[in-house]
Amino acid sequence: MSQTLTPPQTAPALRPDRHRGRAVWEEKPTVAGQTLKGGVLLLVLAAVLVPLYIVVLTSFSTPGAINRAGGLVLWPDGLTLGAYQQMLTDGPVTRAVLVSLCITVIGTVLSMVVSVMCAYGLSRSRSLGHRSILMVLIVTMFVSGGLIPTYLVVTGLGGYGQYWALILPSAVSVFNILVLRSFYSGTAADLIDAARMDGCSEWRILWSVVLPTSRAVTAVVALFYAVGYWNAFFNVMLYMPTDSAKWPLQYVLLEYVNYGLTMPGSVNNGFGGIHAQTAPQSLQMAVVVLTLIPILLVYPFMQKHFKTGVLTGAIKG
Amino acid sequence: MAATITTKNKKESTSTSAGVEGGGASPPPANRMSLRLRLRRDKSLIIMTLPAVALLLVFNYAPLFGLITAFEYYDPLVGVVHSDWAGLDQFRQLFHDPLFWEALRNTLWLSFVQLILFFPVPIGLALLLNTVLSERLRNFIQSVVYLPHFFSWVLAITLFQEMLGGAGVLNHFLAQHDLGPWNIMTNPDTFALLITSQAVWKEAGWGVVVFLAALAAIDQNLYEAAAVDGAGRWRRMWHITLSGMRGVIVLMLVLRLGNALSVGFEQFLIQRNAVGHDTADVLDTFSFYYGIATNNYSYGAAAGLFKSVISLLLIWGANRVAHSFGEDGLYRK
Repeated sequence: MSQTLTPPQTAPALRPDRHRGRAVWEEKPTVAGQTLKGGVLLLVLAAVLVPLYIVVLTSFSTPGAINRAGGLVLWPDGLTLGAYQQMLTDGPVTRAVLVSLCITVIGTVLSMVVSVMCAYGLSRSRSLGHRSILMVLIVTMFVSGGLIPTYLVVTGLGGYGQYWALILPSAVSVFNILVLRSFYSGTAADLIDAARMDGCSEWRILWSVVLPTSRAVTAVVALFYAVGYWNAFFNVMLYMPTDSAKWPLQYVLLEYVNYGLTMPGSVNNGFGGIHAQTAPQSLQMAVVVLTLIPILLVYPFMQKHFKTGVLTGAIKG
Repeated sequence: MAATITTKNKKESTSTSAGVEGGGASPPPANRMSLRLRLRRDKSLIIMTLPAVALLLVFNYAPLFGLITAFEYYDPLVGVVHSDWAGLDQFRQLFHDPLFWEALRNTLWLSFVQLILFFPVPIGLALLLNTVLSERLRNFIQSVVYLPHFFSWVLAITLFQEMLGGAGVLNHFLAQHDLGPWNIMTNPDTFALLITSQAVWKEAGWGVVVFLAALAAIDQNLYEAAAVDGAGRWRRMWHITLSGMRGVIVLMLVLRLGNALSVGFEQFLIQRNAVGHDTADVLDTFSFYYGIATNNYSYGAAAGLFKSVISLLLIWGANRVAHSFGEDGLYRK
């Protein structure tokens, strides 16, 4: 009797254990498949996040904790701000941070002004000569003079030891201009015509119509430029390898960590007595963190623009 | 520089073809205006492009003329114009230089290893990410794997040094468990694997972008139709997903082959001392060390020119191959 009263089993396809995003006709995931997938993805995440975690933690650790851990700290033990305090009070790091920031800000602004203007100038498909100018740009993506002729041009113009040698040669990225251009070409022609009817000049149209409607791609391109300037070290190697007062942060990091120079204020160069509470490892890791900070600060805000910005550039071809 | 270049170039060239086509497709003006009228109308547009063109002329076109130094005994004190003519002497010397052949061999070998071990990773990662159904989880994973692309090579190699180097986490672990030290960072034998894993760590996540976009462009109805016809998940992956991505995969392969001689300049520059130049010298570092560091500019320029010419031929050849498979490649036939 009781058996006839039990409700009939619901069909498997309608059961709530099915993921909402999964299509009805799709097979149920296997346990082995899910585990494997999850494992691989976890591994990928760990490969990026674990080194960062260790570096940040080590930079905040006391010498005692670092000694106990044998170099790099895996678990929070004793925490201190000593490395940062010391790094920012003496030594070339403070100056290098300023140099890097200035190069990045000035370079990015310059690059953006030049690129946005050029991209807009080329985006109006009936303008005079835009095709020949476009060819002038594109040729540079396939043929280049190479390292040494470029070096000779820059030094020939007196760039050796000058800050502009770190900015101007890489100020224009044709790729970025093409990304911007393909986006500006997509700005509704009606909108531009309407603005022209209202008496706007081309400059005005660029500033008040095109730029506000393409914020995402502009932001992403600005990020590309900024990251390029912030990360550059090879230009320094070429144009000011001996002048340590002018080094940007990346080059200081390179010298300290990879070429094994002693940190300012580390035990080896006389500051040991004063600053014995800081281990050289945590100092080095503090410089690493310092080079990371700007990127980590900007990254979350840029993240949401990537999809629109990057894909216009990457796929529209 | 160089590893970012490899990914950059991928995108560069895709949008190049867009630029060229876009220019070609634009219709001629309906009523022909006189040149002067058009010049007056477009004056501000042309002025806008001038700063960028000027910078390119100085820093990209002027060096092209500087390539003449490869055929001279260039002397910085006399200048390009008055230096002695060398004809092909620099190249003759180059081809008799065992160090140059070593650099060329290293370049090709490292490039080959990267092709085999690096190239499939972003494709696999994109396929895997595509199966993650939760939007939020997928976005999180994507932001994490993109991140290393924005680090400098100095930073990336420092992180590798801290993890795998002599005093790093791995060796500390090995020492604790009474296993011998294993210094990966200075071992010439595993150098190819080391630089490939660094490239994978830094750039594979970013490489996913292009493939994810290709995946997003596939018509979802195809999957349902295939499922109704009885295709299982692997068959659907093979016949729909992978064949939908084929164009992009071939394009990326063409670009990679075209860049076979640029394996990763900054990466090698930084690690050259630790590993030794006979393993770590590639064509780019060769022209840097034997050109600029020794003031033998003409020699370095000749090596650079050799590399550029071969690279152009490689791009052209790879494109021919892509066309013969019926794909678009870099530009359409």
